[in-house]
Amino acid sequence: MNDIVVKTEDVVKEYRMGSNILRALDGINIEIERGEYISLMGPSGSGKSTLFNMIGALDRPTEGQVYIDGQNMSQLSQRQIAAFRCHRVGYIFQSYNLLHVRSAHGNVTLPMIFAGISEKERNQKAEKLLDMVGLGDRMYHLPDELSGGQRQRVAIARALANDPSIVLADEPTANLDTITGREIIDLIKRLNTEQGVTVISATHDLKMLDVSDRIVDIRDGLVERIRNRDEIEIEVGEVGGEGE
Amino acid sequence: MQQRTPIEEQIDLPFIESLRISFQSLKIRFGRSIITTAGITLGIAFLVSVWTNNEIGVALQESGRQSTINTFEETTEQGISTKDIWLIVMSLIVCVVGIANSMLMAVTERFREIGTMKCLGALDGFVVRLFLLESGFQGFSGALIGALIGTLGAVLLGLKDYGLDLFFYFPLLPAQPENGPMQLGVIIVILLGCILGMILAVIGSSFPAWRAAKLPPAEAMRTEV
Ligand SMILES: Nc1ncnc2c1ncn2[C@@H]1O[C@H](COP(=O)(O)OP(=O)(O)OP(=O)(O)O)[C@@H](O)[C@H]1O
Ligand SMILES: [Mg+2]
Repeated sequence: MNDIVVKTEDVVKEYRMGSNILRALDGINIEIERGEYISLMGPSGSGKSTLFNMIGALDRPTEGQVYIDGQNMSQLSQRQIAAFRCHRVGYIFQSYNLLHVRSAHGNVTLPMIFAGISEKERNQKAEKLLDMVGLGDRMYHLPDELSGGQRQRVAIARALANDPSIVLADEPTANLDTITGREIIDLIKRLNTEQGVTVISATHDLKMLDVSDRIVDIRDGLVERIRNRDEIEIEVGEVGGEGE
Repeated sequence: MQQRTPIEEQIDLPFIESLRISFQSLKIRFGRSIITTAGITLGIAFLVSVWTNNEIGVALQESGRQSTINTFEETTEQGISTKDIWLIVMSLIVCVVGIANSMLMAVTERFREIGTMKCLGALDGFVVRLFLLESGFQGFSGALIGALIGTLGAVLLGLKDYGLDLFFYFPLLPAQPENGPMQLGVIIVILLGCILGMILAVIGSSFPAWRAAKLPPAEAMRTEV
């Protein structure tokens, strides 16, 4: 029996805009195993971010259930949801979403403050994490004083602050150039292989294909197909072959 | 790494942590804080100057000295002109609307921050407390400065109207003249101005902050200002 971390059951999300109802997710069923690297792919507006929000408990589905670690998310109290976001998940966003009033270090310590970790311990951890993402010499800079790639590194360090078992990344490379994007992908992949963190990432970025264990193609709020690693490798190989 | 353990309940932050976070936030966005606080200062300065001016007018009328300006004005039986009541009510409205507006703007541009803090594990109550502390501090300091400026303005006006007599009959403390209205006195007016400014700032900020904190983080983070 495989260890399922994330399971969605007929997840539907509707947005009401006046009298119009937009069905952003139209019954999503996926299962994600512990330690997997999953990429959600699909055209703009297909529902990737919406699904990301459902899995990360950042919004509630209109219908259907999301299970994380076997827990039905709709049955959690407000306090449990806050603790879930604090401890179990690390979020990485396209637009970084750093708190611009806090330094890199202050951003990384905030989730640890919420977790009630002592000041000494959280300072050590923040330094360790910022070192790991290569920002050891920029710890006390404000986000406004950092480049896009550096900000995303801070966001990654912050996402890891409370040792989450899942990292959710919504187009983490979309605002970055190719090389910086590649570095960010490698960093996330390293967490996945070295620390066994489950990574779920929405992306348009083809560079993300060859690090993924499985790719979930989303179209019009539905899972169009799921490809796994061997199929991907063939396709990447073909793409590479065409260039010769 | 926790696995398969039941999901725990989020803890409350110690008050001192909230205090630290709110002060740091005020400090770093100092420029913006000053602008918001200036909105409070202006509103309270206006209100207190009109009010104090009125107190001075009444006190000097009681004492039998008439302002050269007020002599020709229609006064009510108690000695407060309807124009003065009108002015006080107007300045009160300007003050309420001005402060509510500047607090609302200051919170709205921070919706994304609120959503982000919730992603990191903030409880709704923490978000509200943060804004309560920040706005309480801004409200009190802004209103105190405003009240002092307003009083100064009213004193200068009074000097122009009544000359140095102003200082002999200055309505500093509450007084109950025999056949006149209760006079609050300038000290009470300043105090009321400070309290009002603080209450308005706190309500004007915590109400929208509470609404934003109630939103799912995905929605709070979508708002672009
Ligand atoms: N809060 C909202 N209110 C109304 N409609 C929304 C909302 N959020 C998303 N939508 C709509 O839902 C659909 C799916 O949006 P979503 O953001 O999930 O797409 P996406 O796949 O992430 O696209 P992109 O690649 O551009 O980020 C879109 O048609 C979008 O307009
Ligand atoms: Mg998206």
